[in-house]
Amino acid sequence: MASRKTSPNRDSRDKYSILLPTYNERENLPLIVWLLVKYFGESGYNYEIIVIDDGSPDGTLEVAEQLQKIYGEDKILLRPRATKLGLGTAYIHGIKHATGNFIIIMDADLSHHPKFIPEFIEKQKEGDYDLVSGTRYQGNGGVYGWDLRRKLISRGANFLTQVLLRPGASDLTGSFRLYKRAVLESLVERCVSKGYVFQMEMIIRARQLSYTIGEVPISFVDRVYGESKLGGNEIVSFVKGLITLFATT
Amino acid sequence: MLLSSSLFSGFSPEIPAPAFIMTKLLEWLFGVSVVGAAWALVSFDLLDLSLPQTYREVAWPMPLYLLVSFGCYSLATVGYRVATFNDCDEASNELQEQIKEAKEDLRKKGLKM
Repeated sequence: MASRKTSPNRDSRDKYSILLPTYNERENLPLIVWLLVKYFGESGYNYEIIVIDDGSPDGTLEVAEQLQKIYGEDKILLRPRATKLGLGTAYIHGIKHATGNFIIIMDADLSHHPKFIPEFIEKQKEGDYDLVSGTRYQGNGGVYGWDLRRKLISRGANFLTQVLLRPGASDLTGSFRLYKRAVLESLVERCVSKGYVFQMEMIIRARQLSYTIGEVPISFVDRVYGESKLGGNEIVSFVKGLITLFATT
Repeated sequence: MLLSSSLFSGFSPEIPAPAFIMTKLLEWLFGVSVVGAAWALVSFDLLDLSLPQTYREVAWPMPLYLLVSFGCYSLATVGYRVATFNDCDEASNELQEQIKEAKEDLRKKGLKM
């Protein structure tokens, strides 16, 4: 594609590895990959997409293999694992195979839109931030598909966390972030929580280790395909995680 | 915490956090005890400073005032933030359009969904 050569970011030596942990994302994976290719193509940054599929029974991996044929083995890397092993280990697994000096983590379910990635990258360069976090709670950021109850829980939980932990970032449970590779490595090593709390622990430990944090407002479009989850269990485990972090960090 | 951050600001991030950095729990306990002690000193005149009676009268119900005003502040803040939480309808519409476009393009490229 000739147009890419004229792009101003083409010569930069930076490379961005996108980690996509998947579990039953057969519908969403081609779409997220298409969008990633589109926006990286337009902005011209160097990238690779690492799909870490945890043995999805729905055939996510086969779809990923097709995508690899379409977009090339240098752009789409498949690093599957046999069983569902959790997010933290998925990141460790992904980092091992990543060749980029920056790593972007995001959900593969289309709730995080790749159009924000160029903004993340510009933000990172602007302040040489160690990590850039997407935030639903500031500026033009927001959500789609949430009812009042969900908004209230989200805002309430966020407020409580801000008061108790003073983390220096507005969106703690979001998982759309860009990290310097070494920073992600050192954070993942230290974090022990699961689920929502894992993302929160990552950013709180980042502050504890005096890493610098930049923020970019994002719109979060709740799952298009598949069920979104926020039940009693999630709330209980969030509160437990909050108390643990309160007492230990 | 001011104390811990100024003590360790010279350390590189690669060094593990020193074990005696205050946890948020300890910070809170510390803060609450400092405020509590100051409150007790004035309210009960523990140091026999013979403070004017008005000081003691003002200080005595202060914890309750603080608690109530913090509660009000919290409710107002959360309420305001829920009310002003952006609904990203355009983002959703844009995504739906792009999904159509993507499906078509991927089919052309030979993807079997």
